[in-house]
Amino acid sequence: MVAGLAGDAASHRMLLERLSHHLRAYYKSRLLRGGRSVAEAEDLVQDALIAIHTQRHTYDPTQPLTPWVYAVARYKLIDHLRRTRASSADVPIEDADEILARDDHAAAESAYDLNRLLARIPKKMRSAIQCVKLDGLSVAEAAGRCGVSESAIKVNVHRGLKALAALIAREKIA
Amino acid sequence: MKTDELIAMLGTNVERVDHRQVTRLLGLTVVVAVAIAVGTTLLMLGIRADALDSASLVFLGLKLGFAAAIVALGAMYLAKVARPGGERMAPVTIVALPFIAIVLLAAIALAFAPSSHWNNMVVGDQWLECLLSIPIIAIVPFAVVIWAVRRTAPTDLVRAGALAGLVAGGISAIGYALHCTDDSVPFVALWYGGTIAICTLAGAILGPRLLRW
Repeated sequence: MVAGLAGDAASHRMLLERLSHHLRAYYKSRLLRGGRSVAEAEDLVQDALIAIHTQRHTYDPTQPLTPWVYAVARYKLIDHLRRTRASSADVPIEDADEILARDDHAAAESAYDLNRLLARIPKKMRSAIQCVKLDGLSVAEAAGRCGVSESAIKVNVHRGLKALAALIAREKIA
Repeated sequence: MKTDELIAMLGTNVERVDHRQVTRLLGLTVVVAVAIAVGTTLLMLGIRADALDSASLVFLGLKLGFAAAIVALGAMYLAKVARPGGERMAPVTIVALPFIAIVLLAAIALAFAPSSHWNNMVVGDQWLECLLSIPIIAIVPFAVVIWAVRRTAPTDLVRAGALAGLVAGGISAIGYALHCTDDSVPFVALWYGGTIAICTLAGAILGPRLLRW
């Protein structure tokens, strides 16, 4: 996490990869028990991953990582249960360790369609995300291709990811 | 969308982030909010005319000290509670210390005063103005603090909202103290303490609506 905060993409990706396994196990165990689907759990895994990514500045490196991740995961679960109007099944606060105790690799597909979601955010943000996050161009290359400054690219990527997260949240209510 | 695709997207060209930015943001927010509260008081109510008399300076200092202690403690805990999972490491009851201190001081002041003065000491001349001013002056600082806390992803929205209300109430009291001419400790304990508690309660009620992310 600390390397990821410093901007090391490989470490950040590895961290998200590993956390996704734990998150999947956590959400499956919580949701399937209540008779909900695997895809729903996968939606939540992706929600939580986006939240962990966009809120990573709120993690204090002097504190252990697990409680921070668990708090985000639990918040997203409660929020999801509230939005989908289920009786907020008891989500205990004690099992922070449980989230790292189990692992689930079987990646399922969520109900979100990335291309469709991308089509709904403003064009500037969409092209910034397309260049930097999907095509893997560096910020400088993306700035050259889009004809804007590097800081504009950075801002648009950041705002674009937040806009995507907001769209996903709105899609759930619908 | 496959989760692997999402991870690949999020993990490409990762920006460096500064983990100190939460503390810096909240610190800056408090400074801006204090400036707003002081500005509002000076513009709407004006500074008390006898602000530089030695007798009123003592009480001005007491009021400012009480309010500043609330703001400092509240902001310190808000910096923890405002982050995911922060509510687990912050024993929030410590923010009650300034209230307990002022109530004790008020009790001592009352004990040494003849009971015929009690009514005047507790109710003062401007209790209604104080009761209305502190919550009203607190509105804009509260909005500013909430704006900041929305950027730090709190997971206990009631507690984060309450602390935001407490900090905004304390900040408002710092401003109002420059105007207020009721110089008695019981007055400060009841009307300042009470209105700040109202702000805290309002924050706790509004928190879950305003702070969702």
